[in-house]
Amino acid sequence: MTSGIALQILQSVLVVLAAPLVAGWVNICRAWLQNRSAPSLLLPYYTLARLFHKDAVVANTASPLFRLMPYVLFGCMWLAAGIVPVLATDLPFAPAADIIALVGVFAVARVFSALAAMDTGTAFGGLGARREMMVGFLAEPAMLMTLFTAAFISGSTQLPTIVETLAHREFAIHPSLAFAAVAFLMVLLAENARIPVDNPATHLELTMIHEAMVLEYSARHLALIEWAAAIKLVAYMAIGFALFLPWGIAPAGDWGALPIAFAALALKLAAAGAGLAVLEALLAKMRIFLVVEFLSTAFLLGVLGMLIHFLVT
Amino acid sequence: MESPSLLAATLGAAAAWLVISLLGLLPAPAAFVRRALFPAGAIAALVLAGAGAAAAWQPPASLVLPLGLPDLPFHLRIDPLAGFFLLLLGAVSAGVSAYCVGYFNGEDGARLRLICLQYHVFLASMAMVILADDAYLFMVAWETMALASYFLVTTDHQRPAIRSAGFLYLLMAHLGAIALLLCFGVMHSGGGDYTFDALRAANLTPPWASVAFLLALVGFGAKAGLLPLHAWLPEAHPAAPSPVSALMSGVMIKTAIYGMVRVSYDLIGAVRWEWGMLMLVVGAATALFGILYALMQNDLKRLLAYSSVENIGIILMGLGMSMVFFGFGQREAGTLGLIAALYHALNHAVFKGLLFLGAGSILHATGLRDLNAMGGLIRRMPAVALYFLVGTLAISALPPLNGFASEWLMFQTALQSPLLDHGVVRSLLPLFAATLALSGALTAMCFVKVYGVAFLGQPRAPAAAGHGSADASLAERVGLAWLACGCIVLGLFPAAVLFTLNQVARSLTGSTLSGAALESSWLWLVPTRPEQASYGPVIFLLVVLAVVAVTIRLVLLYHGRVRVADPWDCGFPEQGTRMQETAEAFAQPIRHVFGPLYLMRRHLPGPDDPHPQYAMRIEDRHWHWLYLPVARLTAYVSAKVGLLQRGRISVYLLYSFLTLIALLVFVR
Repeated sequence: MTSGIALQILQSVLVVLAAPLVAGWVNICRAWLQNRSAPSLLLPYYTLARLFHKDAVVANTASPLFRLMPYVLFGCMWLAAGIVPVLATDLPFAPAADIIALVGVFAVARVFSALAAMDTGTAFGGLGARREMMVGFLAEPAMLMTLFTAAFISGSTQLPTIVETLAHREFAIHPSLAFAAVAFLMVLLAENARIPVDNPATHLELTMIHEAMVLEYSARHLALIEWAAAIKLVAYMAIGFALFLPWGIAPAGDWGALPIAFAALALKLAAAGAGLAVLEALLAKMRIFLVVEFLSTAFLLGVLGMLIHFLVT
Repeated sequence: MESPSLLAATLGAAAAWLVISLLGLLPAPAAFVRRALFPAGAIAALVLAGAGAAAAWQPPASLVLPLGLPDLPFHLRIDPLAGFFLLLLGAVSAGVSAYCVGYFNGEDGARLRLICLQYHVFLASMAMVILADDAYLFMVAWETMALASYFLVTTDHQRPAIRSAGFLYLLMAHLGAIALLLCFGVMHSGGGDYTFDALRAANLTPPWASVAFLLALVGFGAKAGLLPLHAWLPEAHPAAPSPVSALMSGVMIKTAIYGMVRVSYDLIGAVRWEWGMLMLVVGAATALFGILYALMQNDLKRLLAYSSVENIGIILMGLGMSMVFFGFGQREAGTLGLIAALYHALNHAVFKGLLFLGAGSILHATGLRDLNAMGGLIRRMPAVALYFLVGTLAISALPPLNGFASEWLMFQTALQSPLLDHGVVRSLLPLFAATLALSGALTAMCFVKVYGVAFLGQPRAPAAAGHGSADASLAERVGLAWLACGCIVLGLFPAAVLFTLNQVARSLTGSTLSGAALESSWLWLVPTRPEQASYGPVIFLLVVLAVVAVTIRLVLLYHGRVRVADPWDCGFPEQGTRMQETAEAFAQPIRHVFGPLYLMRRHLPGPDDPHPQYAMRIEDRHWHWLYLPVARLTAYVSAKVGLLQRGRISVYLLYSFLTLIALLVFVR
């Protein structure tokens, strides 16, 4: 139990601290692909440090909810980072939330962001909140269908059990998971405000979603929001690894497997980050109402995966 | 306490409500009615809730009261199911009664006495509906409940819109009552009397059992606001004074859920999976319809009423899944579905009560119901804003509050679908779970809109701007805080509810959850086995709170410098409150995505219009394809029947004569 708690804390801290690194890596890969000279890998850390150092500017029309939101967002993402098995499956906190509750954690973060965006009463904030909630209601059923497929295969909604089943107990190939994986990727892009749904590099475009919501934030509040966004991306990638590439994650009680798990994680994150950069270099941002079709496709793929699972078994 | 004394306690509480309602007839000053009678009603409600909670763990007890017609006494019975619904009724009405003390401040004496009379008769009749153990008392209480609530709905009967809403309500209530009478008649099937014991003992053939079930679905569905019998609900619930709206949306429609459970699981007995599929389809349609129309509303109370339609749909989906599993002999999974549905019924009662009371406080303080006139209320009514936020998060099914716990259990029930033998049903159940997820996410959008437009941002109309604090009075706050605490406690300790509802399910169906689920500690919600699924809201909350507290502390340790400035104006200095998001604007993506589901009438100005006016109205399609044709048909048939009325006595005598001849021919 104590070793489990140590591992739990180690893993959460690792994800939280390493998340900006992944964001930096994606930026480097994108710069390479776009033939630009790449920024430092540590640039996100410098940005965070700079933002933390600045004076926070708060709008005089804002309520306490506005100032509380970045902390709630950060807390939710920290919890998510603790629950997803990144290094090992032996996590004492993991029973607190299964994959459905994990979707709930992200929903809490989304609702608080949208509320805070509407708080100052500016036009952009409301616009972003509305669009974010639209992406949310489209993405949530698709996400759930994907997760259901994995849950049906392993007979559980607990991520550690899913990983143990898929990585260590069975070596069957599940065609249903292929559909689910594509659907999950589409949801990941939408939920993390990446191209083609939203552009994380944009400021002051009429089409922005996430950036429109956080337009009023500055300094430490903005730093926490950006950090939380980086953690969210890593958490989503880790969910993807747990469901579709679970190999390498250390089984319960096996400390010797931790170095391998660590190496596997670094490799997977590097590959996923590079893949994300390739996607962002190849795709263009779509019109806002094409997102509906994009995410409906993800939902249908998720349903298809589930039906194939029922047909095969 | 033993169950007979619990039954006596509940009867005492109901009798106390009746006495209070009669005291309301005394020519006492308004302050006495407000400060003495409503708090007394709240205490009776607490007694009822306590007795109900205890009864959920006790064996049934029954009693025969020598009231009613000669030879037809009232049969009463308290069992765990009744106890659970009495708990729901008592817990919510205690908060609402406390709230009334503050809300009716400034109400005219005669009007308040009348409200007090109707309000407490309404409460007592709901208790009697739940306690009834024969069809006769059930129908008497059911109709008393409908009439009392009708008079409460038409409190402001001077306004024609409210009179017509009341009429529609009365009409639908009676259509439902007719279906219920027929349902009891079918179950009775010709032998014995109308006690529930006799109905339980009656052996129905499967077709007749299905007929009884369908009649119950229509009868109780008309009261619960099931599609397409929902049209009265968004008219009548908002028309009543806000505490009464809270009771109607929170509790009264739950008596219909009680009736459905009582009739299908207890009186008919063997549920069939086909019924479950029907309920799933109707429930999913109701849930999506309710939330999509709620998103379109600008009137806060109407929006909440439509959201009640949605939640009834969700409860029905839970019951439907349960019936499917029971029908296929999967009793553990069926029990889980039943528990999830009843849990959601309790949760909805608490958070919808809270939200209606919050809407009432806004109405009381600012006179506003139109969202587009509100804005920035968090600064003028911080306490109401806080409680309303709890309700908002709870109804949006966000962890760790109560709405999430019950929806999570429904997802877990749907995930049991591999147990089913039927291939199509097995793959359909997860799709219904996806519908549930969609309606949950739409609810979150709907209530972000409500909270963002009403409480956040800047005031849009002078009435919302006002001067100084407009926060709720102390009594109102007590009611709001009671229900908000309910949302939090029911969310943080779901295992306690699960164990209680397991007793209800055991007494009702004879089956329980798996042993592993019942052995888990109160910290964890475990529907089947811990390695299959678990949810620990307390840990969940503690982790988030700890991270938030530590982060705030660390950040302030570094530096907590804040500058307050104008919001950024995008380089356009003429920012005004009209540039904020309105209620319509927030729902624009929904109108775009789900456009074909609405009947939209847009008025757009021409290019050379000197006074451009934009207008849009959204109507319920059911009016045009169902209600208005039925109304026209009724009018047509009545006109034809009216031809018989010639107004001449000789013609009427001829009718009597012909009838007599016909009777002599056919009846020997």
